[in-house]
Amino acid sequence: MIPSSPRVVVRLARKEVRDALRNRWFVMFALAFAGLALALSRLSLGGAEAAGFAGFGRTAASLINLVILVVPLMGLTLGAASLAGERERGTLATLLAQPVTRWQVLAGKYAGLALALCAALALGFGLAAAIVVAGGGAVAAASLAALVGLTMLLALASLAIGMLISSLSRRSAAASGTALLVWLALVFLGDLGLMGTAVAIRLDVGTLLVLALANPVEAFKVGAVQAVTGTLDGLGPAGTYATRRLGVALAPTLVAALAAWAVLALGAAAAAFQRGRLD
Amino acid sequence: MIDVRDLGVRFGANRVVEGLSFALHEGGSLALWGVNGAGKTTVLRALLDQVPYTGQVRVGGFDAHRQGRQARARLGYVPQQLALYDDLSALGLLRFVAGLRGAADGQAAVLLQRMGLGDQARKAVGALSGGMKQRLALAIALLGDPPILLLDEPTASLDAAARDDFSALLLELRAAGKTLLFTSHRVDEVAVLADEAIVLDSQGARRVEARALDALLHPEVTLRLVVAEGAIGAALAALAHEGFDARRNGHGVLVRVAAGNRAAPVSALVQADIAVHDLSLEAGP
Repeated sequence: MIPSSPRVVVRLARKEVRDALRNRWFVMFALAFAGLALALSRLSLGGAEAAGFAGFGRTAASLINLVILVVPLMGLTLGAASLAGERERGTLATLLAQPVTRWQVLAGKYAGLALALCAALALGFGLAAAIVVAGGGAVAAASLAALVGLTMLLALASLAIGMLISSLSRRSAAASGTALLVWLALVFLGDLGLMGTAVAIRLDVGTLLVLALANPVEAFKVGAVQAVTGTLDGLGPAGTYATRRLGVALAPTLVAALAAWAVLALGAAAAAFQRGRLD
Repeated sequence: MIDVRDLGVRFGANRVVEGLSFALHEGGSLALWGVNGAGKTTVLRALLDQVPYTGQVRVGGFDAHRQGRQARARLGYVPQQLALYDDLSALGLLRFVAGLRGAADGQAAVLLQRMGLGDQARKAVGALSGGMKQRLALAIALLGDPPILLLDEPTASLDAAARDDFSALLLELRAAGKTLLFTSHRVDEVAVLADEAIVLDSQGARRVEARALDALLHPEVTLRLVVAEGAIGAALAALAHEGFDARRNGHGVLVRVAAGNRAAPVSALVQADIAVHDLSLEAGP
């Protein structure tokens, strides 16, 4: 008897979690994130004692920069290796010779990798918070929850974009290379390009905000800064405009932008995978 | 069990399969015979809905594309190039696939025993020999007890002893009622395992009895018969009398003979009281 779709997806997801835990790159990423989060929280705590600054706020601000660099790289490369790697090894054809559909395979892989990624992030944030509390600082639970939630959304969006790259690539090396280029574009070139364009063609502040939010990394940054500091003044005129224009709708808009990236990229990955060759 | 009508597969501008139709009834065994590139593997992959195709492919009454899960639940597949998860243990791999096929977890261990791999259960798949991996692939194909087995060049990568063992396993499965569809370029394998064969070559697809495949592919062969030096003349005369095209060659005679009639020249010489000391098949007609 053919198992139900949820059972198949869960089975595939479980294998993906197991594979992720045996993947040395993933383990290295997770340990690096946890180690850096730990180090940042200790450093921030030291500075807070000297300057009388609230420990968690400073740790969180440092963590935002860490997340912007590390999390998209983790999600993109993990997703990029998923389908292309199996296609290259030939195991994808073995898998699809079973009574499973392509979307079940995609969903199972995404669910498993997402779970592994979120668990690694939760470990890093948990360690950081524990260090702050142990050092006598106070953790703003709502801010921490918002930061963790936004980070996980960024991870899910990055993972979905990585899987889209993977579904379009026949070789894992090509998929990983493309993922690195996309990471560079999102993290560095997007920011610089936006600033350059704004200066060159005198973009109005509203358009600038829309373009910034179209980049999941920027959307995360705006949301995280708002959640941790309670204001976007540090982001300049665009931040002030965003607060005035969107008001209480700002947070839901940012969450929706990140979720849309995850859903749309995953949908595009499913469409490409459905039509793509297996070898 | 399998009904293929007007199957067509093309990769870019290359037509790999065109207008192929065949049916395979329950318990039957059909071979797809052809040289490399004839499209044998592509036909199997169309049944698994792994390549885009035109025409109609039905497996157990289910459309292979629109009802792919139901169709594939009735198929067990042994690929030519075994691509398995090498880091899993043999038992772990079988349990993983059992979960996807809806097979009982306990069937994994039973199948490992049946394939003679019981003592390899905890070993990583990547550490198994080629013959063991082939038997593991057959165990995977049997999970969930599908009625049809698709085998792509099932013994091509095996040595002679492993090939005999594997063929014996397949014959057991045939006897147990499994329907077999397999590709091969070995005439002897087709003759042993199949009832019929579909020949895929430049002349299109022709369905023949498996035992007649050799005669179809090699309608005439040349036999070299070694007889005593003094008996060569008498041997040539005796063979000519029986209508054979024979000529002298060193210490023997060369005889052209129909593929299904190879023993006839030997019988003719024995009846003429001429001893045949040795014989061999020459390459080419």
